[in-house]
Amino acid sequence: MRRTRAEILSARRVGAYHSLTLVAPEVAERARPGQFVAVQMPEDRDYLLPRHFSIHQASRRGGWAGTLEFCFEPGGKGTTWLANARAHGFLDVTGPLGKGFAYPKRLTNCLLVAEGHGAASLYFLAQELLVREKRVDMVLGAGTMERVFKPIEGKRLSQTNAIMTEDGTLGDRGTVLDALPEMAARCGSEVIYAAGPAPMLEKVAAFCRERRIPAQVVVEERMACGVGLCHSCVVPVARKDGSGYDNLRACVDGPVFNPARVLWDRWMSDVPTMIPTPPEGLPVVRSWPG
Amino acid sequence: MAGVKRSLAVDVGGVLLPTPVMIASGCAGTGRELAGLVDPHKLGAIVSRSVTLAPRKGTPTPRIAESASGIVWSTGLQNPGIEVFVKEELPRLVHTGAPVIVSIAGGTMEEYVRLTSLLQARPGVVAIETQISGRDEELGREVLASRPDRAAEIVGAVARMSMIPVFAKLPLLADVVEVARGCVRAGATGLTLIDALPALGVTASRLRPSLGSVSGWLSGPAIRPVALRAVFDVASAMPDVPILGCGGVRTGEDAVEMMLAGAWAVQVGTATVVDPGAPVNVATGVLAYLKEKGLASPADLRGRLRLPAAPDPEGSW
Ligand SMILES: Cc1cc2nc3c(=O)[nH]c(=O)nc-3n(C[C@H](O)[C@H](O)[C@H](O)COP(=O)(O)OP(=O)(O)OC[C@H]3O[C@@H](n4cnc5c(N)ncnc54)[C@H](O)[C@@H]3O)c2cc1C
Ligand SMILES: Cc1cc2nc3c(=O)[nH]c(=O)nc-3n(C[C@H](O)[C@H](O)[C@H](O)COP(=O)(O)O)c2cc1C
Ligand code: FES
Repeated sequence: MRRTRAEILSARRVGAYHSLTLVAPEVAERARPGQFVAVQMPEDRDYLLPRHFSIHQASRRGGWAGTLEFCFEPGGKGTTWLANARAHGFLDVTGPLGKGFAYPKRLTNCLLVAEGHGAASLYFLAQELLVREKRVDMVLGAGTMERVFKPIEGKRLSQTNAIMTEDGTLGDRGTVLDALPEMAARCGSEVIYAAGPAPMLEKVAAFCRERRIPAQVVVEERMACGVGLCHSCVVPVARKDGSGYDNLRACVDGPVFNPARVLWDRWMSDVPTMIPTPPEGLPVVRSWPG
Repeated sequence: MAGVKRSLAVDVGGVLLPTPVMIASGCAGTGRELAGLVDPHKLGAIVSRSVTLAPRKGTPTPRIAESASGIVWSTGLQNPGIEVFVKEELPRLVHTGAPVIVSIAGGTMEEYVRLTSLLQARPGVVAIETQISGRDEELGREVLASRPDRAAEIVGAVARMSMIPVFAKLPLLADVVEVARGCVRAGATGLTLIDALPALGVTASRLRPSLGSVSGWLSGPAIRPVALRAVFDVASAMPDVPILGCGGVRTGEDAVEMMLAGAWAVQVGTATVVDPGAPVNVATGVLAYLKEKGLASPADLRGRLRLPAAPDPEGSW
């Protein structure tokens, strides 16, 4: 892992997402799919924590050698600041961080399932799988068309491909979970990789467990340091010997985990609501005031 | 100034540290992570995460939320328990080459005493820090250190048993000077001021608390003036007691201010989490300041704060 001040080579819009390509040979040369980078926030602001993004591209060879790309959708303070970054500016980045995906040795048919920006790391994975002569199929999804991440690139990298949007603006109407059983059957999938929000990953995990398909997923737990110092980013993972579980740090022990060992119920037992939901039978006040 | 032999080394109550800047408890990983991030030989010390007798899995996620110039967090003191800590984590921390201070936490007096006994004669451990901000299981109170007598009782028991110096880390939940005095009388070598402040994060859009544990702790630059005041008040009352200033230190200047207020050394927590290079940068900044002012040692900063000659009678407001 390296900390480096990287020049921004290009800043582009990709649908709802922003993409930044950096000149960071120290990071790019070591990067593997599934790993991520930490981007430092400017020192004169009141938001302190670095922001973390999956590595979408890391070029070791050719004209783009030494460059690194990540993508994000602006939302909060940090990503809004990043959305204003322009070519020739500089960013302090640390990476590559975390453990990346493992590649199958014997099995060949890989199904990649991604929702939203989750596709960013899976396209990088697809390239590495293709180099290893694996078959790659994909299920891509998002709420709406602009949020389907680089659908054309997805098509180019996969043999068979399903695109799902919740509003039906691109591909079929529905979620990736709706397309998963049929795609897995049609492609004879032997290995499944998934990236996206936790509730979707949990359902993919249940599917894989039921069908006994080995799988790997990338989780996004909130991180502070991103390098293992603070124990902020833990995910409950069952021990191999069955003697209980450990809260493992997603930043150093993940972010790629075997979904069969993640204790989904425990991990996603959501933060308690401050205002209790009214018990059934009571009228719900929908407009306020009045 | 020519002829001044300048050094960052400090003596804090018999503990010799190469620099006055250490990593605060809970912000230094498990001994494995620091190596690639910072040169441990340039650290004053590493304070371990707080260790308890039994392993603790910690609080549910999310464990961290941002707030203006600070972070609200709760880890629930996740740690492997003293037995595994001593066997696996401590040797790694010591192996980094930085002096190690072990932080201990518990809910009963017996736990603190047993933890202390298990930490004696461990090579590389230069001091013990007592974290006493947790729940008092014996007396059923929310915070162990909320009363001077109880804080003194616990810290005193640790100090009597320990052959190495003991620093009492104090939360700001009661009259801090009184609690500090009690701990020092009971045998503490020095004090760490302050622990993070009790805090709550709320996410309006989701009608939810921001942390899985609901309540948590505030740290980072947001609490720095609060820490400065605590250090200043305690140092004014007990100028000979070593104080480790902790809270929001991010730059060399912040550390200098902490030492001008009376700290003998500083701890850097949140800033290390944000940028692991921070403690070394802080030390470099302190050295630059000493050079600029022609001072020989960080110890020369203590007591240099120029105060108004006669205290203003309304100043206590
Ligand atoms: C390993 C990993 C890989 C990621 N890869 C990508 C990616 O490729 N593209 C992308 O768009 N996003 C990715 N994320 C999520 C991304 O880190 C957050 O969306 C981003 O930090 C939000 O920052 P903000 O300034 O917009 O939000 P703010 O609301 O200002 O953030 C406040 C704090 O909460 C954290 N936070 C907020 N939302 C999330 C979230 N969904 N997940 C984790 N932390 C969050 C922030 O890091 C920050 O510390 C990844 C997260 C992780 C942990
Ligand atoms: C993620 C995190 C974990 C912490 N864990 C501990 C801990 O285990 N024991 C302890 O005494 N203090 C712990 N602290 C508190 C810090 O040591 C420090 O007292 C506090 O954060 C104030 O300093 P700062 O503003 O430099 O962070 C933790 C702080 C953070 C941010
Ligand atoms: S984010 Fe700090 S340990 Fe993972």
